[in-house]
Amino acid sequence: MDKIRVVHYINQFFANIGGEEKADIEPEVREGIVGPGLALQSGLGDNYEVVATVICGDTYFGGHIEEAKKTILNMIKPYKPDLFVAGPAFNAGRYGVACGTIAKAVEDELQIPVITGMYPENPGVDMFKKDLYIIETKISAADMRKAMPKVCKLAKKMINKEEILSPAEEGYIERGIRVNYFNERRGSERAVDLLLDKVAGRPYTTEYPMPVFDRVPPNPAIKDLSKIKLAVVTSGGIVPQGNPDRIESSSATKYGIYDITGLDSLNKDKFMTVHGGYDRAYVLENPNLVVPLDVLREMEKEGVIGELANYFVTTTGTGTSVGNAKAFGEEFSKKLVEDGVGAVILTST
Amino acid sequence: MVKEIERAGIPVVHMCTVVPISLTIGANRIIPAVGIPYPLGDPNLGEEKSKKIRRSLVERALKALQTEVTDQTVFEN
Repeated sequence: MDKIRVVHYINQFFANIGGEEKADIEPEVREGIVGPGLALQSGLGDNYEVVATVICGDTYFGGHIEEAKKTILNMIKPYKPDLFVAGPAFNAGRYGVACGTIAKAVEDELQIPVITGMYPENPGVDMFKKDLYIIETKISAADMRKAMPKVCKLAKKMINKEEILSPAEEGYIERGIRVNYFNERRGSERAVDLLLDKVAGRPYTTEYPMPVFDRVPPNPAIKDLSKIKLAVVTSGGIVPQGNPDRIESSSATKYGIYDITGLDSLNKDKFMTVHGGYDRAYVLENPNLVVPLDVLREMEKEGVIGELANYFVTTTGTGTSVGNAKAFGEEFSKKLVEDGVGAVILTST
Repeated sequence: MVKEIERAGIPVVHMCTVVPISLTIGANRIIPAVGIPYPLGDPNLGEEKSKKIRRSLVERALKALQTEVTDQTVFEN
């Protein structure tokens, strides 16, 4: 029997090419397995063969999504895969977006089973969980040993057209698909039991979870910008030289508020970035690329904006949990309101 | 953070490099920036041109803040 042909997608880091300084590399394809492809091959077993690995830098992919998608699809097609595996990407945001984008493109174009893996807070999850099977992983690549076998197990079921069970049983992230089944106990009994558990304060699980949409409606437009105080907030990790508050370079647990009174520009002698999720070379040379103080000061002088707040708010966005980011936002927004800030520019790298 | 600023009643514009992420998290006014290692400018073109790009992006952000929107909007130009 011919082996089942598998193509694997990974980023520059897992291909051992390099970290952020190599994140801008363009897509390339190599014959056979690379990096975590070894675990993929051994998990899938002898009936499968990882025939090729596509590698692309996360920054390149994030900056050229449509182009990269097209190039990578064309690299994959000649290998005639029966199965496509991307990642897993754990909590790497751009990698997760790349894995999801390319997996969905392969599914749509080649109509073969595709699978990937991510940490639930990876932005790629919300973007693609309805379209794809995404195995739930832990936060970092230390989980590879446990994550890859789950990927392989579900991938084999997909290939063999076996029934895919619930997210909890298979270890994938809930896709919002409802499946009918027969329960031995009728609905009224189960409902009463649930109610009794709830009343008694015992743990209970709803049979009909509602999707959570946390959307905030847009505020009205600003009428007269020349009377408004504007503040800059960033997730790009800009801090004063020496990082006095020791904001983490990833998975931040704090944010900083730094004074810019009297400054016309963010000078590289006074400010730097500690962000661990992009190549910092350009921004270390000119921090205005993230906090555009130079042009905002000009616009303040020209009267385009009423006033620039005498500080900016900053943290590191990479790997930072949604919970922390939300808490930061809640807290500093109070200060912004108290200080009469009427508009915010938030920059992200 | 974008959502919490909006929730606090302050109009906010998100200048970001990966627009799909911004759409997923729920920003309402979005400006696509240049590139991940240099969102506001392009140092490869020299300082003067890079600053011009920054100025035009910030102008676009200010225009977005002065534009009524009812839903998530990406301001391409």
